[in-house]
Amino acid sequence: MLMQKSAGNDVLLDVRDLETHFVGDESTTRALGGISFQVKKGETLGVVGESGCGKSVTALSILRLLPKMNARTVGGEVRFHGRDLLELSDREMRQIRGDQIAMIFQEPMTSLNPVYTVGRQIAEAVQIHTKASRSVAMAKAQEMLRLVRIADPERRVNNYPHEMSGGMRQRAMIAMALACSPELLIADEPTTALDVTIQAQILRLIADLKERTGTAVMFITHDLGVVAETCQRVIVMYAGSIVEQANVIDLFARPAHPYTQGLMRSVPDQRRGRQRRLPEIPGIVPSLREPIVGCSFAPRCPFAIDICREKTPILRDVGSSHAAACWRAEEVMGA
Amino acid sequence: MTLLSAPVEYVPTGRLRISGLPRLARRHPLVVIGGGLLALLIVLALAAPLYAGDPLNMDPFKRLQPPSAEMWFGSDNLGRDVFARTIFGARISLMVGLLSAAGAALGGVLIGVIAGYNRGFDNIVMRVMDGLMSIPTILLAIALISLTGPGIAILIVAITIPQMPSVSRLVRSAVLSVRERPYVEAALCGGARLPKVLWRHILPSTIPSLMVQSAIVCADAILTEAGLSFLGVGVPPEIPSWGNMISSSRLYLAIAPLTVFAPGICLAVTVLAVNLLGDGLRDLFDPRAKRRRR
Repeated sequence: MLMQKSAGNDVLLDVRDLETHFVGDESTTRALGGISFQVKKGETLGVVGESGCGKSVTALSILRLLPKMNARTVGGEVRFHGRDLLELSDREMRQIRGDQIAMIFQEPMTSLNPVYTVGRQIAEAVQIHTKASRSVAMAKAQEMLRLVRIADPERRVNNYPHEMSGGMRQRAMIAMALACSPELLIADEPTTALDVTIQAQILRLIADLKERTGTAVMFITHDLGVVAETCQRVIVMYAGSIVEQANVIDLFARPAHPYTQGLMRSVPDQRRGRQRRLPEIPGIVPSLREPIVGCSFAPRCPFAIDICREKTPILRDVGSSHAAACWRAEEVMGA
Repeated sequence: MTLLSAPVEYVPTGRLRISGLPRLARRHPLVVIGGGLLALLIVLALAAPLYAGDPLNMDPFKRLQPPSAEMWFGSDNLGRDVFARTIFGARISLMVGLLSAAGAALGGVLIGVIAGYNRGFDNIVMRVMDGLMSIPTILLAIALISLTGPGIAILIVAITIPQMPSVSRLVRSAVLSVRERPYVEAALCGGARLPKVLWRHILPSTIPSLMVQSAIVCADAILTEAGLSFLGVGVPPEIPSWGNMISSSRLYLAIAPLTVFAPGICLAVTVLAVNLLGDGLRDLFDPRAKRRRR
């Protein structure tokens, strides 16, 4: 249902074979091993996976904000409106950042500069991309605070970050990110640092604003509950690769990758009672410093057979708009 | 002392408000004492021509006179008014101190900020700074002065350069710690240019430590100037300065002690004032450091 509403040929962001390495003194870490995905206009794409699987690196690679010292995007394309962001000059890239692609971060506590008022910081974001005067920008800041439902915005624009609660600060961050009406909002675990009630409020706010402004959202999280609530399509990442890609209903109904299944099993479920220990995925994430032979998940996978340890599976269709990188996807889905 | 006598002030706008000198004096007496003393010295030095005599006028018949109504601190071996010379000497000391501190702060910020952001520049320039630090200040200043000959301008430069490493190191470390803060990333993410981010988000957070360090540099510069003048390589001898005075009068210490003590005490008081101000500012900007010490 949801898919049909947003489906169409209007691809906003088209990432192809994006490969990012971290170059160290002794070794090179393949943080992203050639991933491809698309974000369509106005849709919400969830990106899930455990810590260190490359979710944030994907976001920062798209915005080209990784430290130049040791991070190299060695291959691939990031087409935004058909233009490859990786080819743009720094100047052109700056014009896109914040204006057409905005990002909100995990830590609302520290993402605002403590020495300036919230209003001034939002106004500054506006002024970078428009020729608005100071007073016009401040008015816009106030309007944005009202949009993200901060009570009494006239007074709150003059607040410093420490005078606001965590939820309010995250709202202010969202206001800042949306001030220039971006077409794509990258939300990197925006609710992780917040408590559950505030989390729900922020999620509802993002969904609501998305509805109103038509902004596409790339939602990075490790919380499957959040994904189920907010996203239309999901990509599951493991060890720097996409292992499964599906619309949200299919993904939850018939996960096709053993890793996705494992993730879902380790979500607490009230129906299962409390005495049982939460199932975890055995083993640890493989080191990305050495080249991985075969499937990166094979050492932890209950379905692994010989071919899994020898040949790397590629992402292939296992249903309509459902793809998984697993040799035994069909059996996994049936299991 | 009781809760009632010290009501908590609610500032609705959240803006920092300067709530008057008495409160500052109660909380941070060092700032007020040091700052006040320094301000007094600056006013006295600037107003010198209004009340002090001619510091250069020599009178061979009034050599090494004791204090009198005419010459409050007596006269030196050339019959010059010690009081006038001491007061005019303050101008030199304060000028050298303040300009060196300003110069070192400016140069240090420039070097420190760039070094904090550019690893290549950092590696080269910070090694040069390390090298500078390994040479004693006075020696380095003497070497620099000997390249050009004496003069106040070159003296200030010669005192400033050896002070730059400490400031630039401080600024560099502040930049290194702030640049990783998420709000810096957020600003870059919003499309801001790096120089703007440095100026708006990184530089302000270095200011407190910079001010404290500048006070230390200022005190050090005043002492270095006096030392260089005492050695005869600082301020040209015809200009009254505390170092010059102590140097030329030290042979007459037993006959006319004030010729040495007047500039010496003034030097000590000035340096003390600057150091008190520096200590006070440190406590003011870093409440944690103060609490730890108590």
